[in-house]
Amino acid sequence: MLKINDLHVNYGGIAAVKGISIHVPEKSIVTLIGANGAGKSTTLRAIAGLVKAASGEIIFQGENILGKDTIDIVAKGITLVPEGRRVFANLTVLENLKIGAYLRNDNIEEDIYKVYDLFPRLKEREWQLAGTLSGGEQQMLAVGRALMAKPKLIMMDEPSLGLAPLVVNNIFEIIQEINKQGTTILLIEQNANKALKIADYGYVLETGNLSFEGKGLELLQNEKIIDAYLGTSKN
Amino acid sequence: MTIELFMQQLANGISIGSLYALLAIGYTMVYGILRLINFAHGDIFMMAAYFMVFSIINFKLPWYIGAVIVIVASVGLGLLLERTAYRPLRDAPRMSIMISAIGASFFLENLATYLFTGVPKGFPDIKVLTKPVSIGNISLSVSTIITPFVTIILLYVVLFITNKTKIGMAMRAVSKDFETARLMGININKVIATTFIIGSSLAAIGAILWGSKYPSVMPLMGVMPGLKCFIAAVLGGIGNTTGAVLGGFILGMAEIMLVTFLQPLTGYRDAIAFVILIIVLLVKPTGLLGEKVTDKV
Repeated sequence: MLKINDLHVNYGGIAAVKGISIHVPEKSIVTLIGANGAGKSTTLRAIAGLVKAASGEIIFQGENILGKDTIDIVAKGITLVPEGRRVFANLTVLENLKIGAYLRNDNIEEDIYKVYDLFPRLKEREWQLAGTLSGGEQQMLAVGRALMAKPKLIMMDEPSLGLAPLVVNNIFEIIQEINKQGTTILLIEQNANKALKIADYGYVLETGNLSFEGKGLELLQNEKIIDAYLGTSKN
Repeated sequence: MTIELFMQQLANGISIGSLYALLAIGYTMVYGILRLINFAHGDIFMMAAYFMVFSIINFKLPWYIGAVIVIVASVGLGLLLERTAYRPLRDAPRMSIMISAIGASFFLENLATYLFTGVPKGFPDIKVLTKPVSIGNISLSVSTIITPFVTIILLYVVLFITNKTKIGMAMRAVSKDFETARLMGININKVIATTFIIGSSLAAIGAILWGSKYPSVMPLMGVMPGLKCFIAAVLGGIGNTTGAVLGGFILGMAEIMLVTFLQPLTGYRDAIAFVILIIVLLVKPTGLLGEKVTDKV
């Protein structure tokens, strides 16, 4: 579904992504793990058209989308749940969901209910300003907002960042649920252990280069990855 | 002081206040979205007054057709301003855009002086608006009476657009976060252009009502109203539309009451706005209805 070939991205004069190739098959969960500053976010931002890539190819459903405008990329069915949630604090929960469907002209009512089924908490807070929600609720809203676009591929940038452990588990369950309903997921995580457990395939990014790749569970057992990213958390 | 004089001045205060309010909405909306004080807003107002002079006096059009042309032309000018002076600086530091706004303002003032000379032109006498109406012993012009109603109706229209429509929702989203708004598929430039369309059309309507009250059109006529309406927007809480209207009313009323009750200080009429600005900045910089802080990490 999404194929990235030899992608280079410069960010503020520094080569942040130095020629990576990633394949995200349809209906899979693929994760990109790595330390801070490895180039994970930059990769997602390049796919979403928020930063211009220097060279390479980003093929989505057979079409090179590199260099296209963010609006066109969203229209083609890719959405990004940005790092830090970035819900619109001055809009209500319901408005945040509606704005996720900004490019759609069909009836969105049913999809709002679907999001409420996934996140009953959002239904309770429908008329509240998004800025008054807790961090976990904001993350749910950010995911729900992305779903409202009816995307084929959802990219998530550190959805577990700064959330309580129970909420993190909940978010990971929801990610799997969304995937089961047929949406492809490209997930970036620092919580490598959790991400690899739910991922079909994983890539490890180190200072702009891919160092490892493999099936999620294989990577979980790889000695080097255990040492570098999982620490003792495998127990 | 007679009760008649007081009532007359009260009506004047409300009327001038609502004119300030119309212009202040334009300042506050553009600020809300771009964090930019559009210094050229007062000059759009000035150009709108000239457009009215030309369409009615030079082209002898009926006033209502002239009014439509003035609104359309002012919107065109507002969009041109946004396209040439602000859009190229979208990613530039705020100070650069501010300087560009001041430059655009000077440019329009000097362009008007060059094209139309500095000699004041008479604003066309629109009988429907200037006709005096007597209520008891008070005599008011039609424009004085209808201006507050026009302002309130337009405030409702603007509030409806920002709170109940899709483009309004996009405006509020863009005002908070450009990048995430783009991720929703929102065309930022279209949204910003829409705020300039609204602001410029209100400035044009304001200019027509203003001209019926103070029928003298000159290149620098937008400077003082522009500054005062910016202050009205700050007083109401910049970024807040209702606040801008409230600030406009307060400012207009304060001016007229100064003239009425403290006649020796009449010469300081224009100064009162700046006194208010200093007090607001010292006491409550967010203004009366300043943006609620709802951000939470």
